[in-house]
Amino acid sequence: MAAHRKTMWFHLRRSPYQACAAILMMSITFLMMTAFSYLLVGSHVLLQYFESRPQVNIFFTNETSQSTIDALGEDLRANSVVSSVTFVSKEQALAIYREQNKDDPLLLELVTEDILPASLEVTTYEAADLRPIADALAGNPAIQQVVFQRDIVERLAFWLSALRQVGIAIIVLLAIESLLVITIIIGIKIAQRRNEIELMQLIGATKGYIAAPFVYEGILYGMVGAVVGWSIASGFLYYYAYLIEQSGFFAGIPVLPVPWELYAIVFGAMAAVGIIFGYAASMIAVRRYFRS
Amino acid sequence: MIILSNVHKTFPTGTQGLTDISLAIDKGEFVFLIGGSGSGKTTLLRLLTREMTPTSGEIRVADVPVHAISESKVHTLRKQIGVVFQDLKLLMDRTILENVLLPLEVAGVSINQAKARAEELLEKVGIQHHKDKFPIQLSGGELQRAAIARALTLSPIILLADEPTGNLDDATAESILSLLQAIHEEGTTVIMATHNMNALKKYPHHRVITLEKGTLAKDTKKKDAKGDTHGSA
Repeated sequence: MAAHRKTMWFHLRRSPYQACAAILMMSITFLMMTAFSYLLVGSHVLLQYFESRPQVNIFFTNETSQSTIDALGEDLRANSVVSSVTFVSKEQALAIYREQNKDDPLLLELVTEDILPASLEVTTYEAADLRPIADALAGNPAIQQVVFQRDIVERLAFWLSALRQVGIAIIVLLAIESLLVITIIIGIKIAQRRNEIELMQLIGATKGYIAAPFVYEGILYGMVGAVVGWSIASGFLYYYAYLIEQSGFFAGIPVLPVPWELYAIVFGAMAAVGIIFGYAASMIAVRRYFRS
Repeated sequence: MIILSNVHKTFPTGTQGLTDISLAIDKGEFVFLIGGSGSGKTTLLRLLTREMTPTSGEIRVADVPVHAISESKVHTLRKQIGVVFQDLKLLMDRTILENVLLPLEVAGVSINQAKARAEELLEKVGIQHHKDKFPIQLSGGELQRAAIARALTLSPIILLADEPTGNLDDATAESILSLLQAIHEEGTTVIMATHNMNALKKYPHHRVITLEKGTLAKDTKKKDAKGDTHGSA
């Protein structure tokens, strides 16, 4: 073990630029992998949040009278699948809008009470009950628009699925590239040390003994790449999560703060993947040499 | 100790390396293996260390069927045989001490024990004062001594030396021969492939095996596979 470590450091000192190239490549791969891991976990939490709060928003035309709105509200409250009905007046809608855009005076100037319609926020016990309610209200002349969260959730799910697919594709490409880079670099090192390997075989070294320093080197590249990539991505997340939390953008949605357990789990996963990557790539290079 | 029975070696190119070689070498013998270039001396040595396998025939080294052992057992065989390679195979980016340490590291000897053993051997071959130098800083004779020291680290039962005096001046060659003779006197079986006729004159009592175009042309002390002596060929 000590002899293998010594040989590995000897190899690293002999070709530091190759080692840097391998570590840099692995770091970029793990930066992307870590970033997408956080993104996927965050988006999953977001999606679950919306799915767990089924809601229909019914926006009324300006001409609709308060009594019509109240009657509809009563009808909805009588429905057993409905858990709550909340009326939001035009004034309340404007107040909410002003609060959300308090830092942008131009947007505040453009919007008056007449633009924002009164609405009913209808919450159901089950998300599946949203569409029948929305369908039943469609065609009602008093209603300007019915928006229910199934639309939002479905759209969110669609974009998250697309994001996940793009992310996985990028990660797979980067992973293949990283594996190839490590395989090539270890392969170059093996070729550079062909005489040494030949001698080792002649003096009785086993294939495992000869392969060990190269495998350790591959694992080192993978682990250092994982630690660097995870550190950068986690550092960014920690910094920006704090800023986003302070801005109140996700107020009420349990996405922030990011639990430390998530950082730890992702670190463990990245370190394990790093070891597997480094091991696999170096073994490919070593096996190729022995086959030749 | 070493038995070859009807050994043939044909290279993939079709060239006949060795043809029907049968001989036996006893424990503790010193054997000169002579012959012109391409006569099969190096091929014979490489067959003994399983660097290559015979096309047919049997080879036994210390009762190990070298021709038949699996790849996974070859390393055990090689640890019992010290080899001074024709091109020395010293690693140029390692010091002389590090070069000599290599077989001990491979054998898993602890670093302190390995260093003590390597320094003892460097002292024995007379280049202890060069231990921290790199091979490029040493003369041909000193490099040969380093290669011999490395070959002896694991106390091999057999020492194979392929042209160890090949490119050396007479005085240096003689000192290397004396060193090999001293190793032989300690009980190690020595097989030395050489062109150096002075060596044969200096040690006329040693056995001489002559190869010509891959065949056994002459053996000053021929023994069959059963170990019975038949006299000079």
